[in-house]
Amino acid sequence: MAVLDVLTYPDPRLKEIAAPVERFDEALRAFVADLDETMRDGPGAVGIAAPQVGRLERIVIVDCSGRKNTPNHGHMVLVNPEISEWDGYAVGREGCLSVPDYTGNVIRAERITLEAKDENGAAQSFELEGFEARAVQHEVDHLDGMLFLDRLVSRRSDLFRRKKYK
Amino acid sequence: MNEWFLITLFGDDRPGIVAAVTKALFDGGCNLGEASMIRLGGNFSIMMMVRHAGDATALERLLQPVVETLSLRLHVDAFAGELHRHKEPDVRITVFGADRAGIVAQVTGALAEAGLNIVDLETDVGGTEDKPIYIMQMEGEATQGIEALRQALAPITAEGIEADIAPIDTVIG
Ligand SMILES: [Zn+2]
Repeated sequence: MAVLDVLTYPDPRLKEIAAPVERFDEALRAFVADLDETMRDGPGAVGIAAPQVGRLERIVIVDCSGRKNTPNHGHMVLVNPEISEWDGYAVGREGCLSVPDYTGNVIRAERITLEAKDENGAAQSFELEGFEARAVQHEVDHLDGMLFLDRLVSRRSDLFRRKKYK
Repeated sequence: MNEWFLITLFGDDRPGIVAAVTKALFDGGCNLGEASMIRLGGNFSIMMMVRHAGDATALERLLQPVVETLSLRLHVDAFAGELHRHKEPDVRITVFGADRAGIVAQVTGALAEAGLNIVDLETDVGGTEDKPIYIMQMEGEATQGIEALRQALAPITAEGIEADIAPIDTVIG
């Protein structure tokens, strides 16, 4: 296992569209292990996408289990992920391992339905919401060459949910 | 050695102020850093980090033509700031209510005592001349937790000021 180098903007590989994974083999699983170690090495990261380490394949890891008060599905390896349903929207703050020292507001769906394979090729399906849904949408964007910078809305905009946090 | 300066500029709002000021700075060999620019009371105001090889007087001289053309007020200070010193806010607070004397001091005083370190604060007055509404939006670090801020604002909201406190949960990925 190894911590891989994370590409940072404006590396052109971050703008590429990643290709679907076709072989679910040992090489894939070894890469997923390295990608996971790289994510854990990033300060406060809850997700990572293969293009961020220069591998242009549709592989994402999201793990929000280390956060307090955050509903989550634990450690998710998402290969060839497809978001099939979006519901609601919210503005939230995002940062990125590939964009150091900057965070900004982005509008995302509040709830999504997600189909993906795991690293063994088994089909999986998730209903995600809130913080975890946001993390998945951020990572899936990386597979399509999109950064959160492409979706910034004003820091001064008050589109925050009028949600009462008790 | 290039040093950072903080320049403050304001004047009657009109199109092209930012373009003219930043062109003068670029032509004078300056680098721009972080900045806050906003229309305030019909004026346009700029606070901006500028890095420049000369001293404050040289920087003022460089801006003099545009300051005169656009009738701006200019102030330049040497500045110990640096880039890449961001603090990530973890709470966002909106406060609003009928405008009355002392509202900002009362709210920010209570929040400071409860551990709020303000990173960004914007206030505005809306409504009408005879019924003004005061609106305050801020982001900051809740160094003693969000519950402490909520408790600090409770007596103020009991007096008819509305407050909304929400965590900022930043997704890093
Ligand atoms: Zn990212």
